[in-house]
Amino acid sequence: MTSTAEAHPATGASRRGTAVLDGPWVRFAVRRGGQLVVSMWVLVTASFLMIHLIPGDPVRSALGPTAPASLVAARRESLGLDDPLLVQYVHFLGGLFTGDLGESLTSRLPVSQVIAQRLPATLQLALLAFLVALALAVPLGVLMGVLTRGGRRRGGELAFSTTSVVLGAIPEFLLGVGLVYLFGVQWGWLPVAGRGGPESYVLPVLSLALGPAAALARIMRVEMVSVLQADFLRTARAKRLPRRRIYLRDALPNALTATITLGGLLLTALVAGTVLVENVFAWPGLGSTIASSILLKDYPVVQGIVLVYGAGVLLVNLTVDVVLALLDPRSAIRES
Amino acid sequence: MTTSTTFDAPAVAPRRSAARARWLAVLRTPVGAGAGLLLALVLVLALVAPLLWSGQADRIDTSAVLQGASAEHWVGTDALGRDVFARVLVATRLSIGLALAATSIAVVLGLLLGCAPLLLGRRGGRLVTAGVNIAVAFPGLLLALFFAVVFGVGMTGAVLAIGFAGAPAFARLSQTLAAGIAERDFVAAARIAGVGRFRVLLRHVLPNIGEPLVVNATIGAGGALLAFAGLSFLGLGVQAPSYDWGRLLQDGLSGIYIHPVAALAPGVAIVVAGLAFNLFGEAVAKGIGLTTALGGGFAPGRASRREATRRDARRGAATEDQGLPVTDPGPEPGRPVLEVQDLSVTFPGAHGPVRPVRGVSFRIGRGEAVGVVGESGSGKSLTALAIARLVEQPGEVTAGRLHFQGADLLTGPDRAHRRLLGTSFAMVFQDPMTSFNPTRRIGRQLAEVAQEHQGMSRGAALARAVDRLRSVRVPAAERRAHQYPHEFSGGMRQRAMIGMGLMGEPSLIVADEPTTALDVTVQRQVLDLLAAVRAEDDVALLLISHDVAVVGQVCERVLVMYAGRVVEDLPADQLRTGARHPYTRALVAAVPDMDVDLDQPLPVIPGRPVDPAHQPPGCAYAPRCPLASARCTDEDPALDDDGAGWRVACWHAGEVAADRDVPGAAPVALALGERA
Repeated sequence: MTSTAEAHPATGASRRGTAVLDGPWVRFAVRRGGQLVVSMWVLVTASFLMIHLIPGDPVRSALGPTAPASLVAARRESLGLDDPLLVQYVHFLGGLFTGDLGESLTSRLPVSQVIAQRLPATLQLALLAFLVALALAVPLGVLMGVLTRGGRRRGGELAFSTTSVVLGAIPEFLLGVGLVYLFGVQWGWLPVAGRGGPESYVLPVLSLALGPAAALARIMRVEMVSVLQADFLRTARAKRLPRRRIYLRDALPNALTATITLGGLLLTALVAGTVLVENVFAWPGLGSTIASSILLKDYPVVQGIVLVYGAGVLLVNLTVDVVLALLDPRSAIRES
Repeated sequence: MTTSTTFDAPAVAPRRSAARARWLAVLRTPVGAGAGLLLALVLVLALVAPLLWSGQADRIDTSAVLQGASAEHWVGTDALGRDVFARVLVATRLSIGLALAATSIAVVLGLLLGCAPLLLGRRGGRLVTAGVNIAVAFPGLLLALFFAVVFGVGMTGAVLAIGFAGAPAFARLSQTLAAGIAERDFVAAARIAGVGRFRVLLRHVLPNIGEPLVVNATIGAGGALLAFAGLSFLGLGVQAPSYDWGRLLQDGLSGIYIHPVAALAPGVAIVVAGLAFNLFGEAVAKGIGLTTALGGGFAPGRASRREATRRDARRGAATEDQGLPVTDPGPEPGRPVLEVQDLSVTFPGAHGPVRPVRGVSFRIGRGEAVGVVGESGSGKSLTALAIARLVEQPGEVTAGRLHFQGADLLTGPDRAHRRLLGTSFAMVFQDPMTSFNPTRRIGRQLAEVAQEHQGMSRGAALARAVDRLRSVRVPAAERRAHQYPHEFSGGMRQRAMIGMGLMGEPSLIVADEPTTALDVTVQRQVLDLLAAVRAEDDVALLLISHDVAVVGQVCERVLVMYAGRVVEDLPADQLRTGARHPYTRALVAAVPDMDVDLDQPLPVIPGRPVDPAHQPPGCAYAPRCPLASARCTDEDPALDDDGAGWRVACWHAGEVAADRDVPGAAPVALALGERA
């Protein structure tokens, strides 16, 4: 802290009015961009290698032992599996840039087309769940933080913590089964399978959102309680600002930085969680497709979807880091 | 734990029994005991259930297909008429066993990857670390799916997949732990002694990271259990005719409309077992003071913990006063800016209420500078917070009278005094590094005062903030206003803090140790600034400090506090030589100066300050006082006025202990004024 503070007067002259374009931010962008490129490369290479790491001949195992050898050979030929590894790798990379991800072994459809068909359903599910989780967790966590600050209302704190721990420990697909039972079987209020009208979204979104919401609310409360004890909050009180403004403008952004760091992990887990939830609710997205494709040994499709999910995770991580840097400029500088 | 018993490195031996004691202590807490019991139950079930109920679980009964719950079948039967409850119980072994197998793979692989940097040297280590960092960014389930493809669908494939997927997290953990140990002195000593890398790892690093690793593995086993259930549920894990909970869940879900319990029972089993591992791990982690992946969060610092209290002084406050109108009556000549009578602050303690401030009375005239000195814990800061009405619950403030500019701060809601206090009462806190909001620009933090209390627009308020920053001699104020606190040095921040107090038109600045956190040259500047501000606008100052010299320079009057009371109230120019209270004299004598004989030990005040929870009946200073007599230990002296405004609370005020070497009894040549 001190060292950055002392370092600034030297570079200070060029800083005025261009806070986003100067030193620390450029360094942040370069560092974070570099990270993204390397991670992306690792992801692409890993999914390329996946098909080659499988013991035995993937085409033979996909087509089954009864398939004629000529068909296997033809399919290997069309997949380019007989080329040298490096050539295949170059083709794979080239295909990525032109949107060519190969074709399905079973349906013969281009993988990019399969993904294009299925992606919107998964994206909707994940984004809605993310928004619902935030909308539930942040106000609840802030409220609980304010109510239980400085060791107040210990009973309420215990009830809240216990509920959120238990709720957060239930995996999304089990929550889904429970919700199906309650709202579908027991009360018959909501559809439990497929993607149709708005009501068909309720249960899948809830089963994805509730766990992360509980964990986030818990973190939010802890952070809020700790921020409410900070010296600068006493300063804010000494300024005699209205309480609501102190909580929302002084405490909340500071509590959010830690919440978002940990929340980023939960959100990537939420992206992956769609795989299971889609299978509970027969949701026609990428998640149900990847599960069935693994069982069918349709490797090109699996490869493509792994890439999409991986890229989604990297994107979430990037977003989290950028939001953090904007909320708390120190986080962008700290690591450089 | 197992690692620490395999190697008898000397560094480990004392840790081992301590570790055992801590784990036992965890089992005595309610959560630890509950989770431990649950975990033991699950493990026992995993061992015995297949022996007891296998027959029942596998008995096909086509006459009792898909039945509901009955006395014979507690949770009914499945599509082949097999008892679902027995199947859930029997599945415990496979579910738990597979989860533990996967966790072991994850821990071993993680440990190998995590310790690789120690063994491989710089370049190879960095490569491994970078790889782990990338892998760790992906959620476990995604990694598990990837590896499930590579290792193939089925039980073995799933164990390997989940083990490999869990490895990066453990690698990261052991990396962090090992790096921490590797920097410790005894490891460095071993290295210098020529012990090889591998041996250092085995003898010193591994035994010391064993405990946190085991704790996290316990939590990890819960995660592996859930992940396995997930894979089996997707059909990628356990294959028929074998069955684990995930498999049973998948079977049950397809028939959930006909027979919901068959889906719910394995679900409940998964949750309960997962929670058992999770809660037990968390309880142990908490008990032995570890932070787990999600258990982070900051330990509140000393300063902030001290403030774990609340404002709201209304309840219990003595409100016999007639209660002037709560609006700002404005400064009036002759009337004191601040009038405090019999101010006390009470906190609930383990053994009844504790009163760190006990009946403090004083007044501050217009433009007057009053210092408050005393050791740490004498109640100085709390007094300041109490008069500023910033003491938070559970702290309670009571007073016979608490008037600021004629307004009675004890009556009426906080809201009524908000504007008066927000514009006329300035506070400067001790630590400028933590007293500004790190996420907001300095200018805005100042400006909001004017926006809130003076009804200024955003732009006008910011202009005022820049003007105020300029007035406290912040160079390039306009540019500085757009910067964040971390771009300010400590001294600059304290100036900005003073500037914040000047956003209104203060008649009183309460400065609580404003220079303690700053280095000496900056201290001087901040004190000069305070003096200049006072001189310009006739602002009164209450300066709290443990530094007698500073107070002597800046203030006109000094309040000496001990154990929550004012023990002497004297003119600042008398502080050095004329103090009447033995405590004041001892404080003054404890300040070294340029003439002090460095061969002699520096004078200190013998004994320790009084614990506010255990106030003696008589004078609180008596146990440390060279003048103490029987009366002192029985009766608490009142703070008596000598008629000229000099107040002392001492039965022996002004006396000198002739036959003993009392610090401060002989006039010590203190260079109070000349120090800077």
